[in-house]
Amino acid sequence: MYIEQPLPKQRASKRLTLAPSLAPGLPIPFFLAFKELWRYRGRYLLISLVIALITTLVLFIGGLAEGLGAGNKEYLDKLNADVVLYQANVDLSIPSSRIDRSRVNNVRRVEGVKDVGTISFSNATIPLGGNAAPLKVSLIGIEPGKPGEPPAFEGETLKGKRDRAAIIDKNTALRTGLQVGDVFNIKSIQGTEEKLHPLTVAGITDGRQYSIQPSVFVPYQTWEDIKPKSVVDNGPETPIFNLMAVQLDNPRDFEAMAARLENQVSEVEAVDRKTAYESTPGYSAQQSTLNTQRFFTLLIGVLVVGGFFQIQTLQKVAQVGMLKAIGTSNLSVAIAFLLQIIAITILGVLIGGAGTLLLALSFPATVPIVFTPESVATAIAALVLIGPLGGLVSVRILTKVEPLTALGLAS
Amino acid sequence: MKTILQTNAVTKSYTVDNVTINAVNEVSLEIKAGEFVAIVGPSGSGKTTMLAMLAGLLSPTRGNIVIDGQDLAAMKEARLTRFRRQKIGFTFQANNLVPYLSALENVELMLRLNGRFDRAGRQRAKDLLAQLGLGERLKNLTSQLSGGQQQRVAIARALIHNPQIVLADEPTASLDTERAYQVVGTFAGLIQSQNLAGIMVTHDLRMTRYVDKIIQMRDGQINKIIDTRQAILDFADARN
Ligand SMILES: Nc1ncnc2c1ncn2[C@@H]1O[C@H](COP(=O)(O)OP(=O)(O)OP(=O)(O)O)[C@@H](O)[C@H]1O
Ligand SMILES: [Mg+2]
Repeated sequence: MYIEQPLPKQRASKRLTLAPSLAPGLPIPFFLAFKELWRYRGRYLLISLVIALITTLVLFIGGLAEGLGAGNKEYLDKLNADVVLYQANVDLSIPSSRIDRSRVNNVRRVEGVKDVGTISFSNATIPLGGNAAPLKVSLIGIEPGKPGEPPAFEGETLKGKRDRAAIIDKNTALRTGLQVGDVFNIKSIQGTEEKLHPLTVAGITDGRQYSIQPSVFVPYQTWEDIKPKSVVDNGPETPIFNLMAVQLDNPRDFEAMAARLENQVSEVEAVDRKTAYESTPGYSAQQSTLNTQRFFTLLIGVLVVGGFFQIQTLQKVAQVGMLKAIGTSNLSVAIAFLLQIIAITILGVLIGGAGTLLLALSFPATVPIVFTPESVATAIAALVLIGPLGGLVSVRILTKVEPLTALGLAS
Repeated sequence: MKTILQTNAVTKSYTVDNVTINAVNEVSLEIKAGEFVAIVGPSGSGKTTMLAMLAGLLSPTRGNIVIDGQDLAAMKEARLTRFRRQKIGFTFQANNLVPYLSALENVELMLRLNGRFDRAGRQRAKDLLAQLGLGERLKNLTSQLSGGQQQRVAIARALIHNPQIVLADEPTASLDTERAYQVVGTFAGLIQSQNLAGIMVTHDLRMTRYVDKIIQMRDGQINKIIDTRQAILDFADARN
């Protein structure tokens, strides 16, 4: 009997060299899945590359959503306040919201309010040397030491109400090259004349864009003096602000305090920071556009990958029927397939992720693409699901194949 | 000799458009260890249907099938699958092999499926392929093998895991006469030496010279059983 034949001696060394490919412990789904992947690696690599491209696209759209979103929301999102107060009935439009000093004082007297600061927004430019176009900035008036003033990560915060000093945000610093102690000009049109207002950089804060522009923060009185205006005057009798930034004794009390503020102070609307930045012009529309793009890119991924594997699967029906007839379980067939599609997807996502990283590193800092760990993690999780989702139809086809087809019969 | 397979009045009926036909009709047979049986008969006589039922791939409408003391009807799907990979060896008319595996890997597959693959198993697979004249073709893929070579790889795969029964569906359909004789002859030798029960469905009646029993079917029923050496040779030679 052939099994009982003694093994020829000279085979011993050859058997050893074969050992790595033996993989005796490898469960059957792994064995079948990876043998097949390896045999048709060209074909499968191609679909991995498609997934890599989709990954790149999804990550960039996500990065753009973060980056462009940051341009709108950075300052308001990082605001050191629990409640943002607007004038009532202005649909949370910041330029329309106008608040006077008496209301600021009323807010300060409401029980549970820890501190309040005013914020005023305007636009100006910083002339840059040579032929460079001037840098458009958000010129933001705040009260030194009050909520609304950003922290200085280099240099100092603002001191006097009338000081000709500014805190510039990181974006302003990057684009102008300004450092703490430097003097720069703010150019604004007042009346009909262009005026230059020299300011000293007191401090530099992190990214605090507002209205998709880098920011320059100055004390309120200085702001009143240098902002663009149609009539040259000595400032209004009673100053007007756009927003109030309110800190609470107990930040968890937001709901109750918002209601109390709207009750006790006339004509104000209280919201949290998220509502504030989501209400800035274009923010929600922009984000939902980018999210739609991202969703459709993922959907295309699912369909392309699903279609590819479905064609592959349909070509394998006879072979799968044979495998089942000789005793391969349905579960093994399904697991082998899922292993393949998951491996292909992960490979694609890895290639795409690495490619995106390399590309992103080569971009200048001014490109509004930002990768945050959370957004990248969410994107990767969604991308890795492309394969299994796309493969659902194929799994169904595979599990429905009858072993009887191996004999050319079907029930 | 020990009985390995027994059927008792097995019937398979199909109803199409309110007309019921018995593809297999009350077939009772018995196959012992070391016995090689050919099922022959005209097209539509129920050969493949019979084979599918013996393989546990199709359940009879009536009657029962007992293999190695176990009633197939009593087994659930998963149990039947396990039964097939442990107790049965298969060769099919077409699509026998996994195209992305080598000849050797295709044979070893049966051992892997049974979780019994090791170096000794690999050696046995090589020896078996060598015995079938494929010692130089171990690493070839299906696409690099002729039809006859593929059939022989399938035969090796059907035997490697020491099954109790080997079922062969038209093993010579794609072979020329000389190859066909060679393949079936080797197959018969291995079945006898391993003491298995072998069942072959064939259209090529000349191939029946290697078997111990010819079961001739007609209209789903056993028409004739030929089981003496001389009668078998006469039957086979009459078709030459
Ligand atoms: N799924 C089915 N539904 C209806 N009738 C069927 C089905 N499968 C087989 N039959 C019928 O059962 C009978 C036996 O078929 P079977 O395939 O077993 O014959 P066979 O002897 O293998 O024929 P051949 O030599 O042509 O392969 C035929 O009349 C066939 O039409
Ligand atoms: Mg048939």
